[in-house]
Amino acid sequence: MSALLEVLSCGPAVTVQDMGREGFLAQGLTRGGAADITALHEGAALLGQSTQLAALEMVGMGGSFRATADIRIALTGAPMAATLDDEPLTWNASHLMPAGATLKIGGARNGTYGYLHIGGGVDIPLMMGARSAHLSAGLGEALSAGSSLPLGKDKGNGTGMTLPVENRFEGGCIRVTTSMQTDLFDAETQARFSSTAFRRDARGNRMGVRMDHDGAPFTAAGQLTILSDVIVTGDIQITGDGAPFVLMCESQTTGGYPRIGTVLPSDLARVAQAPTGAALSFAFVDLEEARKIEQRAMTARAALGGSVTPLVRDPHDIRDLLSYQLISGAVSATSNPITSEE
Amino acid sequence: MADYPRIRRVGLSGLLVQFGDGMSEPANRAAIALRAAVDAQDWPEVRETSTSLVSTFVSADLVSTAPEALTEKLQELLHAQDWYNAPLPAGRTLWEIPTLYGTDEAPQLEEAAEAAGVSTQTAIEELSSARVRVLTIGFAPGQPYTGELPPHWNIPRQQALTKSVPAGALVVAIRQLIVFTNASPTGWRHVGQTAFRTFRPNNQTPIALTPGDEICFPSITAAEFARIKTADSSGDGGAQRRVLT
Repeated sequence: MSALLEVLSCGPAVTVQDMGREGFLAQGLTRGGAADITALHEGAALLGQSTQLAALEMVGMGGSFRATADIRIALTGAPMAATLDDEPLTWNASHLMPAGATLKIGGARNGTYGYLHIGGGVDIPLMMGARSAHLSAGLGEALSAGSSLPLGKDKGNGTGMTLPVENRFEGGCIRVTTSMQTDLFDAETQARFSSTAFRRDARGNRMGVRMDHDGAPFTAAGQLTILSDVIVTGDIQITGDGAPFVLMCESQTTGGYPRIGTVLPSDLARVAQAPTGAALSFAFVDLEEARKIEQRAMTARAALGGSVTPLVRDPHDIRDLLSYQLISGAVSATSNPITSEE
Repeated sequence: MADYPRIRRVGLSGLLVQFGDGMSEPANRAAIALRAAVDAQDWPEVRETSTSLVSTFVSADLVSTAPEALTEKLQELLHAQDWYNAPLPAGRTLWEIPTLYGTDEAPQLEEAAEAAGVSTQTAIEELSSARVRVLTIGFAPGQPYTGELPPHWNIPRQQALTKSVPAGALVVAIRQLIVFTNASPTGWRHVGQTAFRTFRPNNQTPIALTPGDEICFPSITAAEFARIKTADSSGDGGAQRRVLT
């Protein structure tokens, strides 16, 4: 029987997420998947496993979890307060979670989307080719206390690893490429858009994130008579009230509001992760520059596995010091040493 | 239509071929036909394709491949034939979806009839005898935009949104009818209620409708509607279908 992850309690928006679904745009279903794709790559690198395995995405806060077997976990994305049997755990790192131990993940200290990865991945049945919940489409559901998730067979080993993480949890300057409707906005409006200081509005989720600003609303020529057309993830649509709305992974597939540009894929996580009130701005880059930025980001993602290093810990912080084999051949005196099944 | 068809870049996500700046039957047919032609080309840089009302989206990896080559290939394909005269795809389905008009289930029938300048009774007769075509699937999974209704049904969306219409709601605006996939807020007017499910995630075929399919919404009584809701758990909501030849 496969190991289970039991949800003892959890926040309102904890879901299973993977890379999402391609191939259903024509049928009205956007890709969905993890809001912060970089976090999935980091989790896979920390556990030395495929980026296609599913993890838990936790919006704003996590929950308490327990496993029926010893499992390996990794924590990535928005840093959250995490403890294992009440001892603090390092974020952006992999850990061993013994059977029966209680993992508690609290509120986000920074950013919005935190991730709990498990060796072997969360192995719920595929729905239309993926395990991702796509709640706006009515696919899958948010986890609740009492949920029990089957886990895949863990083919990897090793824990206590970390990796350097680019800070993408505080907003900042977001790079944008022009798109099919950018020229509906005159040069002056585009320039004002680029020089405006925005704040992430409280209204934001996996479908889209609203941007707040002081000053005049943004408008396009013929704003109200534009025919509905395709939406892609990252599109910045200007809604009726003149505020930009960045469309995220679970957006609708078509829309009639004009799009002023599209956020570069590698900057989208910074939009998703920006906490309410965070300062953001948008800068247009030309097509060649945009392609170079994305190519560099792809190379960096592919190299993540090579930047994983052992977590250097102060012995004072090691909760289970006695269970470690400090000297080759010596076995700890505590019961239930947990290293054998890694 | 001198400016159309035209090709636009969609961020780094692909290219869009637009066949017009407003809804028209030939442009809709062109978009559906071009999509099938692009699929048949099986170009390696193309990930997937879709259509909106009058455009074809070609999703492609513009990071690894610069857009120029794909733009040229699309231009060539566009020149190969008159897409506005392309036939509709073969093997389309005609759906008859039983619909309860008005009552508490669909409270905006009278308001919509008034906007269209007809009596409530005429509105039911017109909407239940119209045979509309699926122009595009979008917004939510499986959600059809169908049309076109006669010109007097070119009624605007409401200024204020209706807070929520239920799944299966038949709504009208701008000469089009939509069957909602999920409960949603909308500016379209709720004139009928169906038990048809446009998205059935657990089915072998989660999405029933395809652009080009035709639909009728015959009127049924409240009693029939109640019977269908309890008797038909398939998601079809009592719908009949046949293949158009």
